[in-house]
Amino acid sequence: MTTTSTAPRHTVKPPAARRSFVERWLAMIFLAPTLLGMALFTFLPIIGSLVLAFFRWDIISAPQFVGFANFASLAQDPTVRVSFLNTIVFVVVAVILQLGIALSLASMLQARMPSWLRVFLRSTFFFPLVLSAASVSIFMRYMFNEQFGVVNWLLSLVGIPAVPWLTSPAASAAVVVLVYVWQNFGFSFLLFLGALTNIPKELHEAANLDGATGWKQFSNVTLPLISPTVLVASVMAIISALQVFDQPYVLTNGGPGDSTRTAVMVIFESAFQQLEFGEASAIGLVLTVLILAVTALQFRLSRRFVFYQ
Amino acid sequence: MSSQILHTGTKEHTGSTTGTPATGKPYRHRRLPAAGTVGRYTALAVAAALTLGPVLWTLSTSLRTPSESFNLPPSFLPINPDFTAYQEVFKQINVGLLVLNSALVTGLIALGQMASATLAGYAFARLDFRGKNAIFSLVLATMMVPVQVTIVPVFMLIRGMGLSDTLLALILPAIPTAFGTFLMRQYFLGLPNDFAEAAALDGAGPWRIFRSVYVPLAVPGMAIVGILAFNFHWNEFFRPLILTISEQNFTLPLGLVTLQGNLGTGSISVVLAGVILSMLPALVVFIFGQRTLREGLTAGASK
Repeated sequence: MTTTSTAPRHTVKPPAARRSFVERWLAMIFLAPTLLGMALFTFLPIIGSLVLAFFRWDIISAPQFVGFANFASLAQDPTVRVSFLNTIVFVVVAVILQLGIALSLASMLQARMPSWLRVFLRSTFFFPLVLSAASVSIFMRYMFNEQFGVVNWLLSLVGIPAVPWLTSPAASAAVVVLVYVWQNFGFSFLLFLGALTNIPKELHEAANLDGATGWKQFSNVTLPLISPTVLVASVMAIISALQVFDQPYVLTNGGPGDSTRTAVMVIFESAFQQLEFGEASAIGLVLTVLILAVTALQFRLSRRFVFYQ
Repeated sequence: MSSQILHTGTKEHTGSTTGTPATGKPYRHRRLPAAGTVGRYTALAVAAALTLGPVLWTLSTSLRTPSESFNLPPSFLPINPDFTAYQEVFKQINVGLLVLNSALVTGLIALGQMASATLAGYAFARLDFRGKNAIFSLVLATMMVPVQVTIVPVFMLIRGMGLSDTLLALILPAIPTAFGTFLMRQYFLGLPNDFAEAAALDGAGPWRIFRSVYVPLAVPGMAIVGILAFNFHWNEFFRPLILTISEQNFTLPLGLVTLQGNLGTGSISVVLAGVILSMLPALVVFIFGQRTLREGLTAGASK
């Protein structure tokens, strides 16, 4: 087969130079929709954001150059400070919960069980991902209502007095985390499930022979083997948690006080409610730098604890 | 189960790992997995109940009469399902228009992404041109830019183009997709080269090879891009909140939130009926495209 096909191929093929000329043009045409779209709706806006961050502009009057004033006022604005602090606390708690729940459920599914049950559980845990964060937040808002919510009713069954879930600062922050994790743990779960299923059985059997069971086996065999996935899952979980908006917006609208106001909510409010587009751009840039820094840091740290085969 | 069989092997080289006499050890090991199994099933059952419970509560409450919707204890199984809440939703918000808007926006974005990502993915995977790797890295880098950072300039751009408060304002910026391009590139890289060579032998040019050989083969990959786009944009809230102003251009998630505003005098069941209605398309996609959706979601993570 190889001998018959290689001989004529060289004679029939169009000359390489002509072929690559046609290909180059075709490639340009093929890339045009994506690249032009990105230039217009991503790269140009990034540059726009960079420029805008140094201006004061309310759309109506002419933009006014203010240098670093927007950044300086960010550092002093208590709402901005609180919202970034809230976002960081939210990210830490939500990501730890999300990864912890996802990893434990994924490893529990590795045990022997009927396959219909495994399929059912897998679908169940992944189901909330297909719902919209806005509608999830709407029904959760009623479940966590202080007077007629089903959560407080369930708690009353075990004698716990009604909790003001959405009207006290600490409890509302907790609700935002819970609702977010409820909806998103399925994503990390799917990643872990894939990674765990790919571990060759022999490795665990070998570890068993060496006397490693339970936690020891998990920390010395399983975890190193899935560490690349743990890294990817945590990077993705952190990046998406840093951008949380829908849940706090619908559940609490940032309140009570500023207790659930996140960085993205402040971008939204300062741009589209207070018409301070320069300030909003500046906050957006700080958030981007934060995201880039976290990602870079994680990949650096990963060299120390991630094992690639 | 296999652990205690294997475990006898450890005694050979390490004597006893836990220091228990040979008589007590197998006994304990036979019982431990059993206890673990009970714990595991309990944990899984609790997790499944916590995941499905809220959705079932929403469904059951939406099927109660508005006046009963506040009742506690909540009955999880409505004995006499009542659809007045659903009728009320149709009275309060223009469900037809919201669904039409959402379907139009989501459908066109999905089609646009499938087309543009297939073209770009093919170029990156199978065509030769200068600066290919650099351009591809640039495309991938856009995945790192949060939508909130570009939203203010995008909003102004849309205004400048005279598209503010139109459905096109939601559709156009969402069509170029780094993730879709990446997925399609991976997909085309996974297809064998032999077909292209055979077609070239028959005198097909690069366009014919793409159109007649690779596009038909790429349909499953395009389906992943389409389903992911559908799921994401059907549920999208942030961009529609900013880019649409008048209610006639709202998509479903926005309409639901306004429904919630009407609640003052109404009932929970009306709002929850709206929530259930908005979930139906997502549910259909979930049931029929579960595998595709799962593969698409995890494909990006394991590059």
